[in-house]
Amino acid sequence: MTATERAATALMWCVAGLAVLFLLAPLVVAMAVSFGSSAVFTLPPPGWSLRWYERLAVTRGLWPSLWTSVQIAGLSTAISLVLGTLCAIALVRGRFSGRGAIATFLVSPLMLPGLVVGIAMLQGFKLAGLREAWPSLLAAHVVITMPYVVRTVLAALTLFDFSLLDAARTLGCSYPAALRRVLVPSLAPAFITSGMFAFLASMDNYPVSIFFTDAWTRTLPIQMLQYVEERPDPTVAAISTGLIVLAALAMLVGDRLVGLRRLAEF
Amino acid sequence: MIHDRVGWLALPAVGYLGLAYAFPLLWLLSRSVLGPDGFSLAQFTGFLADPYSWRVIGNTLRVAVWVTLLCLLVGFPTAVALARARGAAQALLLVAVILPLSVGVVVKAFAWQIVLRRDGVLAQGLVALGLADEAPRLLFTETGLVLGAANVFLPFMVLPIYSLLRLVDPRLSEAGATLGATPSYRFRRILLPLTMPGIVSGAAFVFSLSVSMFVIPSLLMGDRFQTLATLTGRSFLLMRNEALGSTTAVVLLVLCVAIVVGSAWLAQRIGRPGAAAEGRAPRPASRA
Repeated sequence: MTATERAATALMWCVAGLAVLFLLAPLVVAMAVSFGSSAVFTLPPPGWSLRWYERLAVTRGLWPSLWTSVQIAGLSTAISLVLGTLCAIALVRGRFSGRGAIATFLVSPLMLPGLVVGIAMLQGFKLAGLREAWPSLLAAHVVITMPYVVRTVLAALTLFDFSLLDAARTLGCSYPAALRRVLVPSLAPAFITSGMFAFLASMDNYPVSIFFTDAWTRTLPIQMLQYVEERPDPTVAAISTGLIVLAALAMLVGDRLVGLRRLAEF
Repeated sequence: MIHDRVGWLALPAVGYLGLAYAFPLLWLLSRSVLGPDGFSLAQFTGFLADPYSWRVIGNTLRVAVWVTLLCLLVGFPTAVALARARGAAQALLLVAVILPLSVGVVVKAFAWQIVLRRDGVLAQGLVALGLADEAPRLLFTETGLVLGAANVFLPFMVLPIYSLLRLVDPRLSEAGATLGATPSYRFRRILLPLTMPGIVSGAAFVFSLSVSMFVIPSLLMGDRFQTLATLTGRSFLLMRNEALGSTTAVVLLVLCVAIVVGSAWLAQRIGRPGAAAEGRAPRPASRA
């Protein structure tokens, strides 16, 4: 190794180290503030306390919004997994033209500005006579979660060897049994990865959800931003810490089931 | 025979997105160019005649360029390090990239509000290191916004580059060294060309995310600083000025579509000469 090469390698590791600090900083800060005793955000906090966590139980609107978010994210992810997988099978096995265009179309909500998609859907749903918040939220979130499923399941199916299904049938499996025992297990990592990211994307969505909430139906990010704007105190940090812990748990489970490196292919 | 029928399985998803997503977008587009008497671009000429609009467009693009550059500068070495790291270092890097990706933008923007305060860790750290005489103002400045946005979008730069680097055979570089290539030559002629499609798609991703971000500037900049996205959001949510909001929404949409289409074209052009090697990922969908 030459001197230049050593210097370049050292520089690379320095940048990567800084990137780790940079990326984890906001999460660490939110957690540190949530355990502080002070109502202003001084770091390190003057003392430690759990008072902001005690406040969570009586924070108005928090639990209903969390429940709404979980319901919407769970249902929309489930719908997208079914519709997205069917579509991916059609795209991989079908021999019709325009398959590439269809794949791009289904992934496109991910690349367009959420705010614009939200406004367009708001006007479109009004036109169709859909005005209630909850069903509108669900309908919108299916569009948000679909790209994650289509992208990952399509990639996994492209690598799947469909002659394995024929082999299973030759060996005496019925067609549904062959699907269940051969296709589903080999797609399981794709289902887990895409399901996880789709669920999180729905849980975190702000720019689309904002157009479909009313006084009674709010998702968690909408409710949290309202807390931040109305009375910023470490209660929001305590909620954030809860969400960070949940994300870490999801990652841990994802790592156990499919491996971290596979998650990185998100 | 069965291949023709299997195509119908695409119908539910395509039909649903067509009705709930494509139709509303086309409706929004068509209404923006249809005046009381037919086709008219009056909405846009009116918008673009206002110098304030140009300031908003300037704000949007300037911030997006800085965020993308910062992400590229930090993201490329990080992706290379991630591809080379083994064991605990690799696990740490992977966690640092993926965990923030799974935490919502409201949480991170809120945390950056705390980090960027004048009595926050960053300002005080700069003073402690002797880099600033007194705690600098960071919150509600463009510097703070760029830092916060780069933090949220960095994983979207690292991951596409990393997923290509993983496919690069390390022996290519060794072979180059054996044949007498200098490190900088190997970087320019082997590593860079093979990862260029990842760089292009990462940069396009970060750029279009920065152009469309709404929550981050709302929390880190406040009302005085408007981008196309914040102006669109405010027109609909606060000002109830749907005419202005629709115009800015369409401008934003056209901008993002141009970025997506342009970068896809660029990535394909760049990808082709290097197509012989592993640079062409076998998973085209992951590059979207």
